[in-house]
Amino acid sequence: MIDVIVLGGGIVGASAALMLAQKGQRVALVERDFCGSHSSGVNYGGVRRQGRPLHQLPLSQRAHQLWADLPGLIGIDGEYVCCGHLKLARSPADFATLQAYATQTDGFGLDLQLLDQRQLRVRFPWVGDVAVGASLCPEDGHANPRLVSPAFARAAQRLGASVHEQAEVTRIEHDSRQFQVHCANGLHLQAPWLLNCAGAWAGSVAAQFGEPVPITSAHPAMLVTEPLPVVMTVSTGVEGGGIYARQVARGNCILGGGRGFAVDPCRARPGQVAVLEILRNAGELYPFLKGAQAIRTWSGTEGYLPDHEPVIGPSSTQPGLLHGFGFAGAGFQLGPAVGEALAEIVCTGASRQPIEAFSIRRFQA
Amino acid sequence: MKPVVIVGAGPAGIRAARTLLDHGIRPCLIDENLRAGGQIYRRQPENFRRSARQLYGFEAGKAQAVHHTMDELAGLIDYRPHTLVWNAEDGRLDLLDNGRAQSIEYSRLIVATGATDRILPVPGWTFPGVYSLGAAQIALKYQGCAIGGRVAFCGSGPLLYLVAYQYAQAGAKVVAVLDSAPFSAQCRALPALLRQPLTLAKGMYYRAWLSAHGIPVHQGATLRQIDGDQRVRGIRWGEQSLECDAVAFAHALRSETQLADLLGCEFAWDSLNRAWLPQRDSAGRSSVEAVYLAGDGAGIMGADAAQMAGECAALALLEDAGSTVDQRRREALQKQLASIRRFRQGLETAFPFPEHWAAQAPDELMLCRCEEVSAGAVRAVVDEGHWEINRVKAHCRVGMGRCQGRMCGLAAAEIVAERSGRRIDQVGRLRGQAPIKPLPFGVEVQP
Ligand SMILES: Cc1cc2nc3c(=O)[nH]c(=O)nc-3n(C[C@H](O)[C@H](O)[C@H](O)COP(=O)(O)OP(=O)(O)OC[C@H]3O[C@@H](n4cnc5c(N)ncnc54)[C@H](O)[C@@H]3O)c2cc1C
Ligand SMILES: Cc1cc2nc3c(=O)[nH]c(=O)nc-3n(C[C@H](O)[C@H](O)[C@H](O)COP(=O)(O)OP(=O)(O)OC[C@H]3O[C@@H](n4cnc5c(N)ncnc54)[C@H](O)[C@@H]3O)c2cc1C
Repeated sequence: MIDVIVLGGGIVGASAALMLAQKGQRVALVERDFCGSHSSGVNYGGVRRQGRPLHQLPLSQRAHQLWADLPGLIGIDGEYVCCGHLKLARSPADFATLQAYATQTDGFGLDLQLLDQRQLRVRFPWVGDVAVGASLCPEDGHANPRLVSPAFARAAQRLGASVHEQAEVTRIEHDSRQFQVHCANGLHLQAPWLLNCAGAWAGSVAAQFGEPVPITSAHPAMLVTEPLPVVMTVSTGVEGGGIYARQVARGNCILGGGRGFAVDPCRARPGQVAVLEILRNAGELYPFLKGAQAIRTWSGTEGYLPDHEPVIGPSSTQPGLLHGFGFAGAGFQLGPAVGEALAEIVCTGASRQPIEAFSIRRFQA
Repeated sequence: MKPVVIVGAGPAGIRAARTLLDHGIRPCLIDENLRAGGQIYRRQPENFRRSARQLYGFEAGKAQAVHHTMDELAGLIDYRPHTLVWNAEDGRLDLLDNGRAQSIEYSRLIVATGATDRILPVPGWTFPGVYSLGAAQIALKYQGCAIGGRVAFCGSGPLLYLVAYQYAQAGAKVVAVLDSAPFSAQCRALPALLRQPLTLAKGMYYRAWLSAHGIPVHQGATLRQIDGDQRVRGIRWGEQSLECDAVAFAHALRSETQLADLLGCEFAWDSLNRAWLPQRDSAGRSSVEAVYLAGDGAGIMGADAAQMAGECAALALLEDAGSTVDQRRREALQKQLASIRRFRQGLETAFPFPEHWAAQAPDELMLCRCEEVSAGAVRAVVDEGHWEINRVKAHCRVGMGRCQGRMCGLAAAEIVAERSGRRIDQVGRLRGQAPIKPLPFGVEVQP
């Protein structure tokens, strides 16, 4: 007997499974490949609140609390460091945008610190001269997604969730009492609740239940250097978009920027345009990278809705069906809190964090 | 008009270029090295004056012929030495030439990327003074340098005896040859090896020459450990040990397949090579339209076969492009290639893969030099329930570093298979990612 079937073993689905198992629910987590092998395992690793739209901040703030006790939650530290996130401004106009954001988000607990060019030079001398100012969120940070995301699924399993990997869900029916879920490998599960956490592939489940969403896939381009002397004390980004970068304890710098392309529905590559852009332009933001070597590039498959907001919450058509997908390149940090919100809906009928803004109803005219 | 492009100016690529030119197509030939010739016929720098006989021994005539062909071709084709192909995408190759990035579109493409040594690490293999067999040969062939004063040659495969012989001939002190294959295996292989009597004779000659010159050859002797501190001091096998100041070791060769991977070629497990190889038909067509594979880059067959395969692939390409080609020539080449393949089967019997290597590798053994991952760390990930090689890589970084698994990937797969109780072909294939070799920040991008 199962209470909840979670479709998708990314950080969102695995967190939901973990939180449900913690609350004593009988959960089955079903994953086509390996848990945490898609977006959740290949992302940049930014664990940041800074820069998110205001209505994401309560969830993001809750996620921040959950990340704070990562070892307690999943049993490993996942290389999570709370070292700060520095958002750089390349022009006075961009700096004004950062100032405005700091004002708007006052009271959400981000504790943003605005740095003018002189302060920036003093505190972060490794930042290139193109930056005229910055906003620092001191308790944002970064983590290793390859370790963190699979560990959520393992933690759920330890608490009794059954985890089915290499099980692609190919058919779902609802027989007025339960969901009947069939997988390509012959696995058949049934339960009164179904959580659609299928990432970039979640649209077909929503469509099947009569609530199609205009989801598309995109592929952020990533690149990593050989190990370098450690100079970056914070994770960085740029106002208005551009190249973002962080450095891990081992010394490798991870950079992102631009978009790649799909090789097939499940795999993507960063593409030479994005890679060369990063190699050519990273130097002005991060001068210490000059002459360093990039050893590997990669990308992933991420779901985007036109407003770049996720879909989180109950289906508008099918009782028992919950959605949590479409995180537009920013769901790694949010994942644990989204999982918790979905688990709360199952157990208590409502999420403690406000999630109305993410309702699937917004696509129904 | 987009050109026909050949990647790799070894015996396969050069012969392909020659064949295309003979049929009126002027190809673009791209190679990472400064001078053409590939691995076996690697050419010394321009100002070096050693004779072909000194450099290539029995193969001097063939080497000179290949170099001569290349010298003729250089002015007639678009030859681009010192140019790395680092990515393939959308009918285009991305190139790096002296810090400048460029790209080239192709109408058709011949991939002739050759091979490198297959390394099965042993404790101590990261000491200065330890080289792969191929690297030891390159030092000698290219630079006229020996890797040490007292050199031990270990591992298995035909290159083992050849390189030991070349070192001894050049005046280096060869302290021992350790062949992990037992003599009995070589006897069993004899019938298949007799298909290429000349090659067999050369192999036997090297072996006999070494013995005649008092160089100890130990068969069925598996290198267990390399001792050293700041550099190599000695080797150990079985209960025996020996002092030396340099070691060259490898277990045969592995194909360079990253480019074929980025091109989207289908791969299949090949038990003869004990490797995943891009699939090709008997003429060299890959699974991807307009992409052809030739030479050791698609399975190890040696230099003569590489030349034949280069010609075959070029003929197939010409035929696909609508030219008339000599069918009899093509059939003859394919027949010879089939015969060499049977010889190759014999070699595999003579120099079998050391199946027990993975079980015997101690936990402390450094598998992945770039990311400093030990055999024990890989086993720990397997013990958590992971068995797929890309998944293991994600968890412990094996194969994630500078070499992108080109050196450590096969050994890591062996450890994963052994620990998870799966067959080696069941643990999956390490997926390639661009860049094939590292790319510098600050590249100048040419339109
Ligand atoms: C390159 C890249 C960089 C990013 N950088 C960041 C960052 O720095 N910070 C940040 O917060 N976010 C980042 N993101 C976004 C973040 O990774 C994602 O938003 C987040 O991982 C989404 O988690 P998920 O569980 O919804 O999706 P996924 O991890 O994609 O998981 C969905 C899972 O569902 C499975 N599935 C799909 N269909 C089926 C089926 N039919 N049957 C069974 N299983 C199925 C899939 O196999 C997959 O494992 C980035 C994303 C990418 C691609
Ligand atoms: C170090 C070494 C020494 C060897 N010595 C001998 C020997 O003495 N006798 C013998 O019989 N066999 C030897 N071999 C076996 C050898 O592989 C074949 O005999 C023969 O060289 C194969 O020819 P090929 O044309 O297929 O490839 P190769 O001769 O290997 O030529 C491939 C060429 O492609 C180039 N290339 C590969 N990837 C790229 C890229 N991404 N971008 C640009 N260029 C690229 C390489 O630089 C190389 O020049 C040796 C192999 C190695 C690795």
